[in-house]
Amino acid sequence: MDEDKIDKIIEEHRTDKSELIPILQDVQAEYNWLPQDTLRYIAKRLQVPLTDVFGIATFYKSFSLKPRGKHLVRVCLGTACHVRGGPRILETAERILGIKTGETTEDYKFTLESVNCLGCCALGPVMVVDNEYYGKLPPTKVEKVLHKYGYTSLSSGKGGET
Amino acid sequence: MNRRKIKSPSDLEKLRQEILAKRDPKKPRIAICAGTGCLALGARKVITTFKEELKKRGLENEVEIRETGCPGFCEKGTIVVIYPEGIYYLQVQPGDVPEIVEKTLVEKKHVERLLYTDPTTNEKAIHEDEIPFYKHQMRLLIGNNIKVDPKNIDDYIALGGYRALAKALPEMTPEEVIEEVKRANLRGRGGGGFPAGRKWETTRNAPGEPKYVIVNCDEGDPGAFMNRALMEGNPHSVIEGLIIGAYAIGSHEGFIYVRDEYPLAVENTGIALEQAREYGLLGRDIMGSGFDFDVKIFRGAGAFISGESSALMSSLEGKVGAPKPKYVHTSIKGLWNKPSNLNNVETWANIPLIINKGARWFTSIGTEGSKGTKIFALVGKVNNTGLVEVPFGITLREIIYNIGGGIPNNKKFKAVQTGGPSGGCIPERFIDTAVDFDELTKLGSMMGSGGMIVMDEDTCMVDVARYFIDFLVDESCGRCVPCREGLERMSEILNDICEGRGKEGDIELLEELSEVMKDTSMCGLGRTAPNPVLTTIHYFRDEYDAHIKEKKCPAHVCKALIEYYIDAEKCTGCLACLKACPEGAIAGEKERVHVINREKCSKCGICYDTCKFGAVIIS
Ligand SMILES: Cc1cc2nc3c(=O)[nH]c(=O)nc-3n(C[C@H](O)[C@H](O)[C@H](O)COP(=O)(O)O)c2cc1C
Ligand code: FES
Repeated sequence: MDEDKIDKIIEEHRTDKSELIPILQDVQAEYNWLPQDTLRYIAKRLQVPLTDVFGIATFYKSFSLKPRGKHLVRVCLGTACHVRGGPRILETAERILGIKTGETTEDYKFTLESVNCLGCCALGPVMVVDNEYYGKLPPTKVEKVLHKYGYTSLSSGKGGET
Repeated sequence: MNRRKIKSPSDLEKLRQEILAKRDPKKPRIAICAGTGCLALGARKVITTFKEELKKRGLENEVEIRETGCPGFCEKGTIVVIYPEGIYYLQVQPGDVPEIVEKTLVEKKHVERLLYTDPTTNEKAIHEDEIPFYKHQMRLLIGNNIKVDPKNIDDYIALGGYRALAKALPEMTPEEVIEEVKRANLRGRGGGGFPAGRKWETTRNAPGEPKYVIVNCDEGDPGAFMNRALMEGNPHSVIEGLIIGAYAIGSHEGFIYVRDEYPLAVENTGIALEQAREYGLLGRDIMGSGFDFDVKIFRGAGAFISGESSALMSSLEGKVGAPKPKYVHTSIKGLWNKPSNLNNVETWANIPLIINKGARWFTSIGTEGSKGTKIFALVGKVNNTGLVEVPFGITLREIIYNIGGGIPNNKKFKAVQTGGPSGGCIPERFIDTAVDFDELTKLGSMMGSGGMIVMDEDTCMVDVARYFIDFLVDESCGRCVPCREGLERMSEILNDICEGRGKEGDIELLEELSEVMKDTSMCGLGRTAPNPVLTTIHYFRDEYDAHIKEKKCPAHVCKALIEYYIDAEKCTGCLACLKACPEGAIAGEKERVHVINREKCSKCGICYDTCKFGAVIIS
């Protein structure tokens, strides 16, 4: 952990308990996830119990306590996407990447997550890679999209599994 | 940019005249939707291509490009409108750009193929008000989205923006503002439909300082995106409403709570607040009235329950965003235990309209108990998906057929789901119901935030109920037993039914659990969670029975209850499905009938989608 980096983030906010969520958001933007030592450090700096920090980091879905891959693939399972085949997009992505939802490929290239609605419901089913949206996506195009982010059949799998 | 502070209502009018004077209404302008929906369809590339093309032809000073908010017809994005004529182009791709510039901007002709074509009559529509999707709407709130660049406050001011504020601050007392909102009978658009004026009054009269005003842009209802479109497409309309509300309530500090999944809304709102501050529309002594007020943005961190009022306020305090029992309302004791008035984005956006045009005008629109318009997110199995703004009282049929253009692929309409996870499914026989808060509640559903998900014969209603319950299992904060345990049990039962393990008595058990949850849950999440289950049981009991007794899914959705096979008569032996099958479960040779190996088949349905001859059958 780079204490200076965290200090800088904290200084941009007030050293106040109520700023905990924005601070964690900024730290996550920096690391892509929330390493444990950063949480400890933030708890100490803001003088809040570590349990509170963990409470927040585990309650809200956008926080991740596990390292994420270089690219975050999110498939929408909101209602509109659900009735237009969102689950099949997710299954296809799982199969291609060889991981389950919530997991990261062994080479840390991709993390696959599901979300409830990304606000472009009219275009369902929707998949988002990093901040690029792909609307009206047929399952047959998922692989092509992943290729754009450097997917090769080598990056799939958590090892061993077929 | 250096902006001159607006110190009085006449300053605002002067500024407006200056902005208009600098703008030639005859100058060609290309408005391109840069909302999240169109961006997902590649609007960014369309915009850059237009810029390059204009430059190439030396037209960059002659033609203005405006990146606008979302006009709602997301299905047909990227949307490009050419002004001053108002020529409406749909589904524009970067490759169409040179032709638009050549034909429309230079030769003043239309590019026929990009105009709206009526699917039955093949007639073309040139302008917005000729397109059926728009023609039957009443776009008081989102109508301006295609006219303004949300990143430029001058566009909003040019259209008369902040005039309501300029009227309220000097001419009306706070009480008079509240009175006007009460007379307008504006009901909250975030779900409950509580009268906004009454809530404002409660907060104004509640003891304790400071008082807070808050915009709820958490929009957790999956399938709804009208708040996103307003907040990212025309943020000043919300901000203006908020400032007026703050004045009426006596608040000097406001918050806009935006869900994390809406990065563009966060960005555009941030820019809007900054620009409003530069003009002196926020900050100290707003428009020389002596009234001080400022606003902060708070990004949610992804939790459906945090859209509930007390949970949202906990979240703003930096805590876990879970609700509290409401012995005292948040309007009296809310954020940091101070009186706090929370309203939905759309509620706030109505305020400038009411102040400008008056409560009389507002109450002339809508039904007895629901006044004004409502924006719905019309999505799912409907031809024209997108945002539709309609007066209360319009029927479901008008929305789904006249505006939505009916159901795609000649499928049969089955139900429409309103109200999100708290709402219910309304079957076809109620399609002529006039939509307002009270009528939807009577049918066992609710208005909710305005999600309207159309379902056709291929949608399984038991699966829909299971979907919502599973969603809520994930989203329940777990503090009260009926909601936490009730949802878990319901999810087990529904999953059993969908997977062929349903038994006699399951339906009754679901109904019993529902009653207990409704009566004893702590917050709205648990109290309304049974609605999707109860309405589907009530209106579609035969589908539950088919799953439980016959182990069949009539809509062919529940995987455990279906099999795929290939019809030997129809199969041409083209190898397409065989190649597409990810499991290698299809055997066959060219021009020989293919066969699916049931053992290997994962029922992903890819063969079904791939086959061009309808030879893959689900049973
Ligand atoms: C579980 C739950 C989730 C909610 N989510 C939202 C939401 O995302 N947006 C919203 O405006 N209101 C939401 N509400 C309603 C709010 O509690 C509150 O009633 C509303 O924001 C008040 O604004 P209004 O009176 O303008 O509708 C939710 C309520 C519950 C029980
Ligand atoms: S339901 Fe998928 S984007 Fe809204």
